[in-house]
Amino acid sequence: MPLTRPRIALLILFAAALALPSVAVWIDEPFYVRLGARILVFALAAVSLDLILGFGGMVSFGHAAFVGIGGYVVGILFAHQADGSTLFGFPGTVNGFIVWPLAFLAGALAALPIGAISLRTSGVPFIMITLAFAQMLFYLMTGLKAYGGDDGIALWSRSSFPGALNIADHTTFYYVTLGLLVAVLVLGWRLVNSRFGRVIRGAKDNERRMKALGYPVTRYKLAAFVIAGGLAGLAGALLANATMFVGPQYLHWSRSGDLIVMVVLGGIGTLIGPVLGAASLLLLEEFVPELMDMVHAGTGEHWKIVLGPVLLGLVLFARKGIWGVIAGARR
Amino acid sequence: MTALLRTESLVKRFGGLAATDGLSLAVAEGELHALIGPNGAGKTTLIGQLAGELTPDEGRILFDGRDVTRMPVHKRAQRGLARSFQITSIFPSFSALDNVALAVQAHAGHSFRFWRDAGRDRRLVDPARAVLERVGLGARANTPAEALAHGEKRQLELAMALATGPRLLLLDEPMAGMGPEESARMVDLLKELKGTVTILLVEHDMDAVFALADRITVLVRGKDLASGTPAEIRNDPAVREAYLGDELEAV
Repeated sequence: MPLTRPRIALLILFAAALALPSVAVWIDEPFYVRLGARILVFALAAVSLDLILGFGGMVSFGHAAFVGIGGYVVGILFAHQADGSTLFGFPGTVNGFIVWPLAFLAGALAALPIGAISLRTSGVPFIMITLAFAQMLFYLMTGLKAYGGDDGIALWSRSSFPGALNIADHTTFYYVTLGLLVAVLVLGWRLVNSRFGRVIRGAKDNERRMKALGYPVTRYKLAAFVIAGGLAGLAGALLANATMFVGPQYLHWSRSGDLIVMVVLGGIGTLIGPVLGAASLLLLEEFVPELMDMVHAGTGEHWKIVLGPVLLGLVLFARKGIWGVIAGARR
Repeated sequence: MTALLRTESLVKRFGGLAATDGLSLAVAEGELHALIGPNGAGKTTLIGQLAGELTPDEGRILFDGRDVTRMPVHKRAQRGLARSFQITSIFPSFSALDNVALAVQAHAGHSFRFWRDAGRDRRLVDPARAVLERVGLGARANTPAEALAHGEKRQLELAMALATGPRLLLLDEPMAGMGPEESARMVDLLKELKGTVTILLVEHDMDAVFALADRITVLVRGKDLASGTPAEIRNDPAVREAYLGDELEAV
């Protein structure tokens, strides 16, 4: 394989991701491992959104709902395990081998009806309907007093993987998340170049033509929507483990907005771009307020004044976001 | 001759205007049937109904003996009804080859295949390349479709319709906006196709229509003014009066 610019960039990124925990220990900043894991989790969610947004042209403004659902699967089963009660006759559990796949399934299952209804429309109505569904779920979780309502559920422990791993250790959790993200990127790459992926991309380019060629387009778009929902659910399970907390704010529309910003910032329709987008947004969020406070105390809370121009510049001058700049994409 | 496509008393109204007004049309298996008529005669509206994008208000459409009046677009396409668009309708971000490969794929079983690289799938790429060669775009296979010249886009448009292996081609002004040289190439291409696939051709270029058609239907205000061989149409007094007039003298 020739060492093209994108390949070199990918290798460097991967090496950096692998080295992060060791570097964090070396410079005595163990907090960076947790920040890194958080970035990887949001990257996974953003990549799942890019599958439908970047490749399928489906501007879902409710993607955080599926992340939240995945998180609540972890949270709810944890709560039942903690107080020994049952849910539909089943005991709670913190076993990750059970809970994580369930989070994927729950995200996918929720995406099925939501997608089936939303995909009857396109354009702005699609954006509004996905947003409406997500807000409905947000208010549902807010009102669900049995599971903490507004306050959410605090987790005392992370998911367990009996006989395999102990992700209570931040570094182990970091590498598990990195492994899952890489797996999803590889799967996603295969998917967008497969026959299925071509149908999705074709529908984004010219849906009318796709129908005239004989494709039942909606069926394929729905399948993509469900896959993305499942992956977002998995990201939610990881998020619950990263923060040891689940709450309705995970489903809030502003979280969906953050995910869209990550995709656009990093490079829409590039898969790897959203990873960079997630890293950039979370790093900006982490360090810019601090820097601003150092310059002038009290200005830190307005850090988005920095994000705005950065986003604007990238959208205007680099149509494929940060990844486009790094990989030297034309236009 | 059996009719591959037949409409029975088809009516489509937009407000008070009947764009298709009780039209009964039969396209025989294997023929190249041309549909001509002045602007606003309802040609594109008819194509829309035949392809399934518009639903008629009255009447029926029969394709291969089956009532397809309310069948969705993609199902008609799967049954072998392919169309080209008057305004070029391609996939701009795909290469020319991938445009055609996508058309091949539409008729190569379901597309719930998630793993294999479709770009290296010879069952898609080989037939696509063959069709591109056939329409004269072989040398442009790897060019992004959006970078093709107008005439080439029209050729690609036709290639995509052909690549689905259709039984009936609905060609909506395939020569729209083409220069004389490009038009001549398209006529040659359609001549080659003639006989291998049934074609319903909507076209303004009278030279092309009279050179190609087995039969011609003249549409005026949504009605069938006359149907017949090119010679019959040329000599039909009603046609001469209503539409062709001076244009025919030139042919």
